Amino acid sequence: MDFYLTAILQGFCFSGIALGIFISMKIFNIPDITTDGSYTLGAVFTAIVLMHHISTFIALPLVIIVGALSGALTGFIHTKLKINALLAGILVMYSLYSVNLTLMGRSNLPLINVPGIFNVLNLSNNANLNSFFILFTFVVLIALIIGFLLKTDFGIAMRATGDSETMIRSLGVNTDRMKIIGLALANSLTALSGYLVSQYQGFTDINMGIGIVIVGLGSVIIAETFINFFNITSVWLSLGLVLLGAVIFQLVLAITLDLGVDANLLKLVTAVFVLVVIIIPRLKFNSLTKF
Amino acid sequence: MIGIHNLYKSFNQGKANQINAINGISLNVNAEEFLVIVGSNGSGKSTLLDLIAGSILPEKGKIEIDCLDVTNYHDYKRSEWIARVFQNPFSGTASQLSILDNFRLAAIRTQPKRLSIGINLSFKNKVKEKISLLGMGLENKIEQPIGSLSGGQRQALTLLMSIMDDCKVLLLDEPTAALDPRSSALIMQTADLLIKNFKLTAVLITHNLKDAFNYGNRIILMNEGQIMKDFDANQKKALSQTDLYNWFA
Ligand SMILES: Nc1ncnc2c1ncn2[C@@H]1O[C@H](COP(=O)(O)OP(=O)(O)OP(=O)(O)O)[C@@H](O)[C@H]1O
Ligand SMILES: [Mg+2]
Repeated sequence: MDFYLTAILQGFCFSGIALGIFISMKIFNIPDITTDGSYTLGAVFTAIVLMHHISTFIALPLVIIVGALSGALTGFIHTKLKINALLAGILVMYSLYSVNLTLMGRSNLPLINVPGIFNVLNLSNNANLNSFFILFTFVVLIALIIGFLLKTDFGIAMRATGDSETMIRSLGVNTDRMKIIGLALANSLTALSGYLVSQYQGFTDINMGIGIVIVGLGSVIIAETFINFFNITSVWLSLGLVLLGAVIFQLVLAITLDLGVDANLLKLVTAVFVLVVIIIPRLKFNSLTKF
Repeated sequence: MIGIHNLYKSFNQGKANQINAINGISLNVNAEEFLVIVGSNGSGKSTLLDLIAGSILPEKGKIEIDCLDVTNYHDYKRSEWIARVFQNPFSGTASQLSILDNFRLAAIRTQPKRLSIGINLSFKNKVKEKISLLGMGLENKIEQPIGSLSGGQRQALTLLMSIMDDCKVLLLDEPTAALDPRSSALIMQTADLLIKNFKLTAVLITHNLKDAFNYGNRIILMNEGQIMKDFDANQKKALSQTDLYNWFA
């Protein structure tokens, strides 16, 4: 049971990445894979701040800012230098690896016996349950902020930017600027996942971000399956489903491991799972039109 | 209202396939004038409208709006004066957003998009009221994604959206090209009504010579990036549809 609770907790930790990918991919229609780098960047800053025995609440805004900067850089390269978004993301992600390594000084920073976000509250003797309450509060707060943002006039303009650029420009929005802000937001959310995960697992590792973008993609694709199936248009419901997607994704991985699949094969299994989630709705559709 | 001085725009400049889309155009459109532009395919009509709107910038020449030099302003800055209806209904509305969201953005076209919620009950009622003027029954569907509507309905809404916020210039690039005759007529009548009621300066591009004949108080003919004919209100009145047809012979 604890095994699955852990999976849910991990899902909560990854909700930042899921929301980040939702914003870049679904709202802005930009394939952004700065993710791997900005996630680790968040974890690196968290580790450095905490190791200096500075409060986790100082690390938090710092992580948000550096995450936003990395996203803004990708956005700048994409919009102002007119480079394909995917390539811009790869370039930033790639260079962030060196940045992260330089900041860390070595490839792994343990966070043992340093108080972090999971020590700020003690509601239960069960450490997992305690983490659950803290993470749940954290995730709900983020979702409320993002949900509110998307409902504001600025948020509507964001959503329109990914939908019809001609329209929103003719309505007075500088779309380049909007995309830079959007990618900054997406990557600050991603960095927040790095912030949570590093404290949850008790270390920051230079390789922890490799391929992590698939966690976000998988969560969003799961959410999208529901969104399309139930024809959902509400912003709040969509956000909720993205968060649910992040948890389902981790649960599926946990089940896979529980079934005895070799942990070395986990990335392969993950990729296949994402593929299956994408294909399932199409299979149904095709068979309906064929027969 | 719109001043265009010796304007040039070419595409693929310096390459073998260079196209001089606008070849030294000067044109003054007075306030409250309703200018109709006709011309064969590729004559530069859309390019001229894009230059006025600022979605492309000229190589040479000057553009003024309301006596202000806006030559180097981008489209999102010129939206302070200009509202547009595009040939493609997808270009003028955001499909995935609700009618209400689309109207909200239109209602703050000339204003900053703030971090506050602008859609409240009174705004909803205002939108419903405006939409009901169309008589299409769309006022009960304002929460629906605008992409679920037909092209004609979307064009009609785009037209209404232009007057949700302060508007001086309305640019219409073949707004009825994608529509059936009935919707076309409705769009043209609505546009004409709005232009008159809100005292807009308007520029309409059309291939429909009947519309060119019926609407507007000035007409120009474009060819190869230049203005070939320019008829003011009285001259336009004296034109017959056959005259117009012969322009293309
Ligand atoms: N983005 C572009 N790149 C290259 N050439 C372009 C571009 N836009 C327009 N042109 C060329 O400029 C010329 C004028 O095009 P424009 O679209 O203004 O014509 P138009 O009068 O609007 O024609 P239509 O009646 O078919 O809409 C054409 O030869 C066109 O091929
Ligand atoms: Mg055209």
